[in-house]
Amino acid sequence: MSDLQVREPFVRIVKRDQAPLSKHISVRALAILLALVLDALFIFFVTGLNPFSVYFVMFKGTFGTATRFSWAMRDLVTLLLIGIALAPAFKMKFWNIGAEGQVLMGGLLTALVMVYWGEKLPGPVLYLVMLLTSIAVGAIWGLIPAFFKAKWKTNETLFTLMMNYVATSFVACAVNILRGQASSLGKLNMATQIGWFPKLFGQRYNINILVVLILTFLMFFYLKYTKHGFEISVVGESENTARYAGINVGMVIMRTMAISGAICGLCGFLLVCGRDQTISTNTAGGNGFTAIIVAWLAKFNTFYMALIAFLLIFLQKGAGEIASAYGLNDFAASIITGVILFCILGSEFFINYRLIFRSSKEGKNDGERG
Amino acid sequence: MSSLIAWILRAIPFGTIIMYGAMGEIVTEKSGNLNLGVPGIMYLGGFAGFASAFLYENNTSNPSKLVCILLSLVCCLIASVLGGLIFSFLTITLRANQNVTGLALTTFGMGVANFFGVFILNGKSYSAAPLANSAYSAKMPGLSDLGVAGDILFGYGFLVYLAIVIAVLLHIFLNKTRVGLNLRAVGENPATADAAGINVTRYKYIATCVGAGLSGVGGLYYVLDYNSGIWATTGQIEALGWLAVALVIFTTWRPLNAIWGAYLFGVLYWLYQFLPSLLGFTVASYVTDLIQMVPYVVTIIVLIVTSLRKKKENQPPAHLGLAYFREER
Repeated sequence: MSDLQVREPFVRIVKRDQAPLSKHISVRALAILLALVLDALFIFFVTGLNPFSVYFVMFKGTFGTATRFSWAMRDLVTLLLIGIALAPAFKMKFWNIGAEGQVLMGGLLTALVMVYWGEKLPGPVLYLVMLLTSIAVGAIWGLIPAFFKAKWKTNETLFTLMMNYVATSFVACAVNILRGQASSLGKLNMATQIGWFPKLFGQRYNINILVVLILTFLMFFYLKYTKHGFEISVVGESENTARYAGINVGMVIMRTMAISGAICGLCGFLLVCGRDQTISTNTAGGNGFTAIIVAWLAKFNTFYMALIAFLLIFLQKGAGEIASAYGLNDFAASIITGVILFCILGSEFFINYRLIFRSSKEGKNDGERG
Repeated sequence: MSSLIAWILRAIPFGTIIMYGAMGEIVTEKSGNLNLGVPGIMYLGGFAGFASAFLYENNTSNPSKLVCILLSLVCCLIASVLGGLIFSFLTITLRANQNVTGLALTTFGMGVANFFGVFILNGKSYSAAPLANSAYSAKMPGLSDLGVAGDILFGYGFLVYLAIVIAVLLHIFLNKTRVGLNLRAVGENPATADAAGINVTRYKYIATCVGAGLSGVGGLYYVLDYNSGIWATTGQIEALGWLAVALVIFTTWRPLNAIWGAYLFGVLYWLYQFLPSLLGFTVASYVTDLIQMVPYVVTIIVLIVTSLRKKKENQPPAHLGLAYFREER
């Protein structure tokens, strides 16, 4: 073939086997830097403000005062917990887009138990019942699409997406009943505070932070060091291999989705008892969708997830701060987040593949070998 | 009887919004790209169309309806195709995960539309483009005066009829032309298509961008016709976008089914308001909250039934959601 003249393309793409860690870090850092530059340009051209001072104001959104930092942590753990819930499902390549609905159902059951059984059950039993019902309903909400996926390969991306709206509908209905004639549903059990989390270090949601911290470690070990975790990764890599190795694929899919849904249900419980003390169709507040991105970018490593969740919350809080400082609006946060996500998503390419240019030495060596 | 007519008059425009969204997504998915950014693209298209019409109306002493329509349509198409281009570049060239990219695009599109929307609102809770609205919702003269039948058949703006025409054209394109066959081949098995000499990358790019343009028109129709030419900061378009994604499944990826499917979704969506009054009883408001899940439940059932029956022609494109890399196997 050597005498055949083949015009080499200007650039070709080769898959990398395994990029070194330094490459991972440098590519990601460059991606975030690029995103910040793009956002700075956007800020400058739209508003005419100095981007550096805008970024400084953004910084204050999270680190301005102790309270703000505490709020940022509260929102971070919500996002992180849903990310933790999604990690096993995604690692199995099961696209659970339904976290929003699973969280809502968990929150809904918690709220209902809190209102209707709050005065009938003694304190500890009440918390236990709320915890168990929310976990159970979350697990069921996750199991339904998993069952159909395991049995008949029903597309789970679209199934779980639709389940969100069914859950929203249930919550809207319950809120409507609970509020009765009032124009809006205030805090549940406002007078008695039955079923609310007690204050820990001054805030009820500190219990949430504690729980999520523990779960971050647990999920890391579950995925990395247990037989279940191994089965999940084999099913995710190749269902045929899994079947050949004697893994019951359908069982693994259903079990993993039950766990994923259960943690989302738990998140609903924590949100209702620890953060909001009420329920609405916005209880999950889009975190179910954002967490998908968090889980994916972190490649299912719960500690990376915490970092990425922090980055996103930092941006959200910062954009809120810009909004109030410069009379802009909160939606700046969505734009800035979107740009950063695009850049990080695009940067994955440079980690997984490398480009070889026609004139480069490497390309010639490659050609000789080939 | 009158509430039945009112129901239909509400259902068909509603159906038209998601019909555009769904037709765009069908074209996109036929190339194997699952674009979950449809809500974001509808935001981009709807806002660009509204903003251009609004600015044109308010800055021209004697605005003409035709220019208004052309201008807003072109701006809508440009904005939504740009959204599609972001998605294409990330998922096709850079092979990013489609689900995640789509969701990011939804966040981004909603952010862009509402962020700039606030400047147009300028402190008010909503702003209106009445001229554009009257241009888009103009009924056919003569035909719409034929009483009830005229109302039901001809009582809508031109985009309603255009949607039906596009659905038919798409059907012919996908099933009767060489290019349509190639496109389907790319979605089913890009490696085979590549071996047959089809430029997979080009097909995917064009299909995704054209699809995005079509979806964007859905957003435009929502703002300038369905919503009486009023822009307000709302999450409504996002819900519509997901409903459009649901409709794609409901139609089993066939544009012709999108016509009746969209209207059926419209009927189901407005069920909660019109059915009780039609049957002559009132239901509590919490029941109407429950009835609102009907379109989604129906979609789930369709999803399950198609996967149960395993009919080859009803399945999603085989390579849906996966990036294609020639050297990978």
